[in-house]
Amino acid sequence: MNDKGKIVTGLVIFAALVSFPFWYNLGKAAPPPEVVLTDKAKAAKECVLPKDEIRTEHMQLLDVWRDTQVRDGQTVYINAKGKSYIMSLSNTCLDCHSNYKDFCDRCHVYASVDPYCFDCHIDNPKETK
Amino acid sequence: MERSRREFLKIAGASAAIGLGAGQVMEAVAAATNHQAAPEAQVAHQPEALKATRWGMVVDTRKIESAEQIEKMVEACHKEHNVPMLEEERHRIKWIWETHFHNAFPSQATDRVSEHLEHILLPVMCNHCENPPCVRACPTKATFKRESDGIVMMDFHRCIGCRFCMAACPYGSRSFNFRDPKPFIPEINKAYPTRMKGVVEKCNFCVERLAVGKLPACVEVSDGILTFGDLNDPESEVSKLLKENYAIRRKTNLGTGPSVYYIV
Amino acid sequence: MLELALKGTKKYWGLLAVLGGIAGVAFLVYLYQLQFGLGITGLSRDVSWGFYIAQFTFLVGVAAGGVMVVLPYYLHDYKAFGRITIMGEFLAVAALVMCLLFIMVDLGQPMRMLNVIFYPTPNSMLFYDMIVLNGYLFLNIVVGWNVLEAERNGTHYQPWLKPLIYLSIPWAVSIHTVTAYLYCGLPGRGFWLTAILAPRFLASAFAAGPALLILLCLIVRRFTRFDPGREQIQSLAKIVTYAIIANVFFFLCEVFVAGYSQIPEHTDHLKYLFFGLHGKGVLVPWMWTSMGLMFGAIILLVVPATRRHEGVLAVSCAMVFVGAWIDKGLGLISGGFVPNPLHEVNEYLPTGPEVTIALGVWAVGFLVLTILYKIAVSVKEDNAGVLRTRVIKG
Repeated sequence: MNDKGKIVTGLVIFAALVSFPFWYNLGKAAPPPEVVLTDKAKAAKECVLPKDEIRTEHMQLLDVWRDTQVRDGQTVYINAKGKSYIMSLSNTCLDCHSNYKDFCDRCHVYASVDPYCFDCHIDNPKETK
Repeated sequence: MERSRREFLKIAGASAAIGLGAGQVMEAVAAATNHQAAPEAQVAHQPEALKATRWGMVVDTRKIESAEQIEKMVEACHKEHNVPMLEEERHRIKWIWETHFHNAFPSQATDRVSEHLEHILLPVMCNHCENPPCVRACPTKATFKRESDGIVMMDFHRCIGCRFCMAACPYGSRSFNFRDPKPFIPEINKAYPTRMKGVVEKCNFCVERLAVGKLPACVEVSDGILTFGDLNDPESEVSKLLKENYAIRRKTNLGTGPSVYYIV
Repeated sequence: MLELALKGTKKYWGLLAVLGGIAGVAFLVYLYQLQFGLGITGLSRDVSWGFYIAQFTFLVGVAAGGVMVVLPYYLHDYKAFGRITIMGEFLAVAALVMCLLFIMVDLGQPMRMLNVIFYPTPNSMLFYDMIVLNGYLFLNIVVGWNVLEAERNGTHYQPWLKPLIYLSIPWAVSIHTVTAYLYCGLPGRGFWLTAILAPRFLASAFAAGPALLILLCLIVRRFTRFDPGREQIQSLAKIVTYAIIANVFFFLCEVFVAGYSQIPEHTDHLKYLFFGLHGKGVLVPWMWTSMGLMFGAIILLVVPATRRHEGVLAVSCAMVFVGAWIDKGLGLISGGFVPNPLHEVNEYLPTGPEVTIALGVWAVGFLVLTILYKIAVSVKEDNAGVLRTRVIKG
């Protein structure tokens, strides 16, 4: 039996399909998103954590907040600088960042993530949902 | 790095709760994980929070005159917690609702209930049992009893919607989101989250209000029918009421130990 | 061995296509349920479990029933069952696949299913149910597959399988015991709050499981060259007979306790199921049908002449299966929830989409069963062929 040709053709088709997302998007890199800060956020000057950290780790922080708030019943978070915040996505985060579309969504869309936090914690609910 | 941060915060929270020197633990953890970012974060209670070791409620049925009084409580509660108004009877969500004496107390109702009891409607809700069967049944600890104050809570984030707790609850106090509730919420209270479809919910004794020093929403509008307080504190208003009056609880024969008392 | 499933007659492929088609349609309905929520079912805040969980409960029984061929063969060295142990094991596999699927379609948030593992909760019976069901599925796949492969190769199965085989016997009992514990440990549900629920479940399992197995044996004999054997079928029939009698006996014990004590929390549910309560009783005709089928089957199975006649036996087995299915798959769950804890009667009836999804799960189960039986039967047919040539040559 000599199925070499068939096997090689199959492999080529497979490789082409698997790498499709890469060559399809080649040279079309979307520019990194710019987020808009509300006046309230600007006035506050700093977030719960330093900018770099909150940018990369806000989901971990929210996860901890959620468990501490819901399960342990403690509601206040005191950061390294000694400043206190109520641990609440609805009432703290979204109070300052009340511009969901121009803030949260900018990066989430860019990174293609769709967290369902905002299904229930509503500030400016997504129009699509 | 992500993991370590999460663990560290958990340890921080736990150690703060049991009164250890949180700082020491955090330093140790921070050193162990070589974590540079904000190692001194802490968690605490709000100073104005109401505290108790076992929250309870007393319903003085003698003060109930009309169904409107109960409806006012239901409305206040459901508005506070974004409880939807669903048309379909079987999908309804109830945190607190009104019912007849013989429904609230099926095994205690006799054919000669006092005329007053026979004619009024009683408020019923989650009893925040001392020994809650729903907590025993839940396979993910999504429903749990807060050891600090005895409130039986729901973690909507964790609930998988198996509805074992609904079968386990002998009071029918739990409701399930059979569909997305959001379109049916008349007026959304943005301070409290809504729910998503597929999770169970119930009365939470207004933990979010207790945390900021307020009494439960239903108690506030109850014209003195409802009294809320610490059952373990002999000086509390609920304890005094129970000392002076005869009160019953729902289905005590099941050993669940309800924290809601009815003065009859 | 899997390649044996790829060579089949047109009938075999036709059956697979039909089952796959039903499963496909049901899957679309399931997508709708995922999008809308469980509101497309007839469930309510009063009857919070229904058709899905009832099918699950019934099928755990069918899965456990498979042990009734494994136990006599391996523990009592009853050689005749050696021919059909594989059919019991593969039936258990298919039934367990259905069980797990029924749990999945019943969840409100199936994406969070793994929370059961992330946050293990040993005080929840569902935690143990997850362990025993998956464990039993694993045991039956490993044992069934390896023993069949050994048979195909004409060798004795690997010695390390022996402990697994012995383990699978008590494990079969455990799956239905734990499933009964889901219900019978709940305070305030008088219908389920009975120590005899687990034994009752096992009795109905050992009746319905082997009854289905007899029907499957008769089908296999009819459509393939493999004959499970008359002696085997007759032995199974005796097991079905004793088990269905035990099941009805246990049920009558329940009726006595409830009826004689006359405690309303216990009698009300039975009253609802068999006579209706507050003028409501959709299940009344079903429950009496179930009783009729089970009692009728007992008569046909006890009388030797009718039990030995395979045509009549097939009818009796169908009666046992349907009777037990109504009892557990319709009455048991609804009956426990009506009347509700506030003593209100809010009835439950499954909706069209709900029944479609349930049918889809059954179709997937029978698809798995068809493929597994095809493999098993092909091995048996080949072996018979080899034997025949040996005899001729010798």
